[in-house]
Amino acid sequence: MVSEHSSNRGEKIPGVKLAVVQYGILLMMLALGAGLWRLQVLGAENFRQLAEANRIRKEPIMAPRGKLFDRENRLIVDNYPSVTCFLVREQSHNVDADLPLIAQGLSLDLDQLRATLKHYRSSPGYQPIPIKQDITADEQAFIAAHRNELPELETIDVERRLYPRDGFASHLIGYVGEVSEEDLNNPRFAFYQPGDVVGKAGVEETYDALLRGEDGSRDVIVDSHGREVGYLRTQHAVPGKDLRLTIDNDIQRAAELALGDASGAVIVMDPRNGDILAMVSHPSYDPNAFAVKINRADWNKLVTDPRHPLMNKAIQDQLAPGSTFKIIMSAAGLQEGVAQNMHVMCNGGATFYGRFFKCDHHHGLLDIQEAIPMSCDTFFYALAQKLGIDTIAKYAIEFGLSQKTGIDLPNEMTGIMPSTEWELKNFHQKYYAGNTISVGIGQGETQVTPIQLLRALSGIASDGHFVRPRVVDPSQLPSNFRQALLDSFPGSGTKYVPLNTDTWMTITDGMAAATTPGLYHTAEAAHLDGVDFAGKTGTAQVVGGGDTHTKGGSKTPNAWFVGMVPRRNPEMAIVVLQEHGDWGSGSAMIAQRVVIAYVNKMRREEHNVLDQAGAAKPVEVGAVWSDPAPAGRGASGKRASVVRAGHFFVHPDPNIHPEAVATGTPQWPAWLTASLLRFKEDLH
Amino acid sequence: MRRFLSFRDFDWALLGMVLVLCIISILEIYSTTVHTRFASFESKQIIFIAAGLVGMFVLSKIDYHRLLDWSPWVYGFFLLSLVAVKLVGRRALGAKRWIAIGPVQFQPSEWVKLVLVLVVARYFANLGGRNLTWTDILKAFGLVGIPMALVLIQPDLGTTLTYAPILVAGLFLGGINFRQAAILLICGTALIAGVWTSGKILKPYQKARLTSFINPDNDPRGSGYQIRQSLIAVGDGGIWGKGQSKGSQTQGYFLPIPYTDFIFAAFSEEHGFVGAVFVLLLYFFILMRLIQNAQTAADLPGSLIIMGIVAVLTFQIAVNVGMVIGFMPVTGIPLPLMSYGGSSVLFTFLALGVAMNVRMRRFVN
Repeated sequence: MVSEHSSNRGEKIPGVKLAVVQYGILLMMLALGAGLWRLQVLGAENFRQLAEANRIRKEPIMAPRGKLFDRENRLIVDNYPSVTCFLVREQSHNVDADLPLIAQGLSLDLDQLRATLKHYRSSPGYQPIPIKQDITADEQAFIAAHRNELPELETIDVERRLYPRDGFASHLIGYVGEVSEEDLNNPRFAFYQPGDVVGKAGVEETYDALLRGEDGSRDVIVDSHGREVGYLRTQHAVPGKDLRLTIDNDIQRAAELALGDASGAVIVMDPRNGDILAMVSHPSYDPNAFAVKINRADWNKLVTDPRHPLMNKAIQDQLAPGSTFKIIMSAAGLQEGVAQNMHVMCNGGATFYGRFFKCDHHHGLLDIQEAIPMSCDTFFYALAQKLGIDTIAKYAIEFGLSQKTGIDLPNEMTGIMPSTEWELKNFHQKYYAGNTISVGIGQGETQVTPIQLLRALSGIASDGHFVRPRVVDPSQLPSNFRQALLDSFPGSGTKYVPLNTDTWMTITDGMAAATTPGLYHTAEAAHLDGVDFAGKTGTAQVVGGGDTHTKGGSKTPNAWFVGMVPRRNPEMAIVVLQEHGDWGSGSAMIAQRVVIAYVNKMRREEHNVLDQAGAAKPVEVGAVWSDPAPAGRGASGKRASVVRAGHFFVHPDPNIHPEAVATGTPQWPAWLTASLLRFKEDLH
Repeated sequence: MRRFLSFRDFDWALLGMVLVLCIISILEIYSTTVHTRFASFESKQIIFIAAGLVGMFVLSKIDYHRLLDWSPWVYGFFLLSLVAVKLVGRRALGAKRWIAIGPVQFQPSEWVKLVLVLVVARYFANLGGRNLTWTDILKAFGLVGIPMALVLIQPDLGTTLTYAPILVAGLFLGGINFRQAAILLICGTALIAGVWTSGKILKPYQKARLTSFINPDNDPRGSGYQIRQSLIAVGDGGIWGKGQSKGSQTQGYFLPIPYTDFIFAAFSEEHGFVGAVFVLLLYFFILMRLIQNAQTAADLPGSLIIMGIVAVLTFQIAVNVGMVIGFMPVTGIPLPLMSYGGSSVLFTFLALGVAMNVRMRRFVN
């Protein structure tokens, strides 16, 4: 080969320059070596920790939410395991290109999926976007099989709420949903994290802090794609507390069946302690629809439905009480000493303040004993006139109207009780006395909720013992939570208003008469043989409705009934509201059906108790004794030598030692004396 | 003139060290890709190396003087192909760097490096080692600057930067005096400052990449992520390393592209300070051996060729390892002989082939 660069031959790069380059390279290598020394020898421990932190991710373990049971420990609300699919955009090279495959594999609508992603467009790429909840086993298999092609898909196991399917007690139970922005800003819910599932209504909302439990966490070793490659430490979740509700499934079911398709509410309560045995609001909704994300169309349908399915009418519907208010009128009138001696002539109405006020019938001359069962408007117009609005209001407010009852359910309404003070405050004007007449029969501006009415009337029937209604027995709650609950749900609560015995007797007898056959008795069709069933109907005209009686029409009166069993110190009280249900007697029939279910259940239970409780069975005891018998055995002319023998039943009492019988102490125990007396009667 | 060329004169020691590095590279590529969808990259790398070896032997057979004679034509051809890339190139990851000729994908910017080494050596050799005039210096800048500009607009900042050391080495060894060097340094600094502040020539992501190494924690999920993960990987290795295929940073995919640009971080995590220093020593000895070959070269062009190659290799090692240990910004420059990639492997072996070529003809007189 020929070189054409002969002029260069012999010329060389000066050695010193090459030496400079060599030393330069040596210096560079030393610098790099020093850098390695700094990181790998001096900083090794620090970086080891960083590497650990890198690969360990805290993963939440969802606490299963507490289950709900009825008062007899029958399961109402359960949980089921469910899997939610998330999309993490950061983990994919090209999410948009993957979408058709994802939509196909998860059977989603492609446009809707795109819309979902668009909605999250501005959030950071590492934020998981929920794209489908409650995915099927097939869809899970699809995600698992496409781990490499679709690394952006993630799944998470959650426990989901399973509610009764037909909307059973749905308003009382409520539902759960993702925590809202407002709740997150509320200091009361400081423990909520974004994305948490929380109670949104009913018991689920009130008792959320107990039901939710405490989420645990697990330290998961992951790679940079978030794929799990192992586990380290696990902090187990504390499951939510199971709660026993006060409702009785049987009574609840009976109440729902009795109300049927009517729009309205039924509440059954034990007025001795406030336990709500049943609470129905109709129409209802399926809470399961909320447990998985509800779609917009269904939500709009629920919100715009004129029959207000989302409203818990039992505690939120504020309506004129109609004639049921006459019980409060009666109590006020009797307590004031006005009503006892009133005799009013009803000629189908009467004129007050220059205006004629109508009554349904020509009841003739009547007193309060007849006015209650006949629900004579004329009598109560007259009573209202005599009492005046402020006396009526005083008693009504005393009995809990225009205040919340304090029931442990969210968003209870207060209702309205008009008075001069109220008129002044709200309309800045003097109260027009003529309005008092309408208030006397529960019309006018008065508005009550079913729960208020039930508490008020059953409280009067319980001799002035008013109770705070409740849907969860507080004995199962931690004491600090119990107090917080009382503070969070202020209301008229449990209260004693002393009533004259006359007042109590007159009103309860009057209500009992209403359900007894008799001329003009408003609820005679609801009569039950052998059951001490008392009550009061109400047919409350709606604003602008006048006297229209076409059932179900928007101007048809609302039909009320408040009833109790037995008439005094009732153990069960019921309120029925049928919106636009026309006559209150119809609501009385609904109440009757629930009462039958209640009474039948109680009777059945009593029999069951006798059959089952072997230990409590009377024991047959033989005995021999001589006259004279112990004092109180009655006259017997025979001498002491007469010996008697017999056998009788005694109920074993754990508080008394059996020796007491065997030793034959002169001091006979009271229970034995009673048994012997019964025995003596048997002998005769 | 003719002399029988024997492979006895081939630099077997150099080749031995290179092959040791190649084996380390293959093992590390295997380790970083075995559980990923890039598995079997190490076999591809073996094929590249084999092709590189063949290329190296073929190139060493062609007298480097002939290569120098051809170099202007080749230089012209590559300038045209760089223009072609801009016009008809295939877009990948936001840049046009490739042209497809049938099934073969061709990235001219890698080859330009070797061509530049040759044309720069030829240029300065023709100047004969005399003191450089400003015209000479400007011509040299033009020679290297035109392809630099063409590659910069692809955009491919990393490759662009690798051309610079060829020019620097040429100027330094070709006879620039101290005063000229100082003036150039000042001008260069001013130019860089101007480019930086103009905001047009460098894209924002390039700027972010260039600065994030100073404080990677500023944006641990963004541009600082790579450098941060790299530092953690290197530091996590400690003195003895975590062991082959046992680095959590590497195996957990926290380390970005651990088989190419960050292969040294992966290797450092799994083989520790001891392994990393061993690799650095290998590079050091390879470079020293090349410089020795430059010293013993038969003529100035031969020396300049080898020193051009030394400049490119040194620059790439410094920038890549510097990047991995947080001394340098992330520029996407592969580590010669270690990083996975056909173009990089081929360039290195062909460059070494030219260096061998010079060595084998050191006794030609």
